Amino acid sequence: MHEINIEEKVLHKNDEIAVGTRAAFRKMGIFAINMVSSPGSGKTSIIEETVKRFGPKADGIAVIEGDQETELDKERLLKCGIPAHQITTGRACHLDAEMICSALEWVMEQRNLKLLIIENVGNMVCPAEYDLGEEMMVAVLSVAEGDDKPLKYPALFNAADVLIINKTDLVPQTNFDIERAKENALKINPGLKVFTTSCTTGEGIDEWCAFLAGLAIKGTEVKI
Amino acid sequence: MHEISLMRVILETVEQEMAKCNASALNRLTLRIGTLTAVEPDAMRFAFDAAIEKTPMEGATLDIMASALSGRCRDCGTEFPLVEFDSPCPICSGVDIKRLTGTELDIVSIDVD
Repeated sequence: MHEINIEEKVLHKNDEIAVGTRAAFRKMGIFAINMVSSPGSGKTSIIEETVKRFGPKADGIAVIEGDQETELDKERLLKCGIPAHQITTGRACHLDAEMICSALEWVMEQRNLKLLIIENVGNMVCPAEYDLGEEMMVAVLSVAEGDDKPLKYPALFNAADVLIINKTDLVPQTNFDIERAKENALKINPGLKVFTTSCTTGEGIDEWCAFLAGLAIKGTEVKI
Repeated sequence: MHEISLMRVILETVEQEMAKCNASALNRLTLRIGTLTAVEPDAMRFAFDAAIEKTPMEGATLDIMASALSGRCRDCGTEFPLVEFDSPCPICSGVDIKRLTGTELDIVSIDVD
């Protein structure tokens, strides 16, 4: 009977793959973001609005969609005129670095790509643990979900770089307090950059797109 | 419920380590799980028990070391446990705190025969 010291991160293999993927994206001049939220918070709608806002220059944008089943989201995005690749995870409740790495070939086929949006499986828990090789994790919270969500699901808000509070047009129908939600999120992660958006009224989409353009598409042809 | 996929990855490492030293049985697996991870210890235990059934690891126990949130004050350097996510420094009341522990998800050790 003897003890063997291992001291290793459980997800070290995932993290190694993610490091490689990030290096590959950077080499190709691609800024990748990983959008994470519970199902129905409006991630796909935000992407659609983002693409519309970038207009004819949106040809520097592509999307990888993660869902447990169906290619419905991919079809939605193809209608917007941007390249989309669907990963169906089957029973898995999150994307992992290996899945994104397997999509690298597709990514490389996209010409002049500057911004890769990875839409994770709708789930506020599991995706928080998995580095996909992105530059920035974006958490999305819709107002119908409650302003205490950051406190209930701290791991995601801690891992994220950006928080989008979406569906703000519904605030009058809920008891959601935007300031309280921000406060709760910043308690978990003081470094979070927060946006408030509505895909129905268009509120905040310009600010979000300007932010993306400044980061992702810096020094490239795509500008809004 | 990603604990099952996490456990699969963990047990792959355990199997490799056991093979390296020709171990025939696993007595104990020790993990470190931070309180700010999205990992539920009870779900981990369930996944562990289900995964080791009818394997050379059957009968092993799972030890989970919880790792609480702690931080270091960037103003005065004091290290202290964070009772709340935004607890200020107990010495200088500083609020610029670097998190030190609480997000770990590690395999610490195994005990084998």
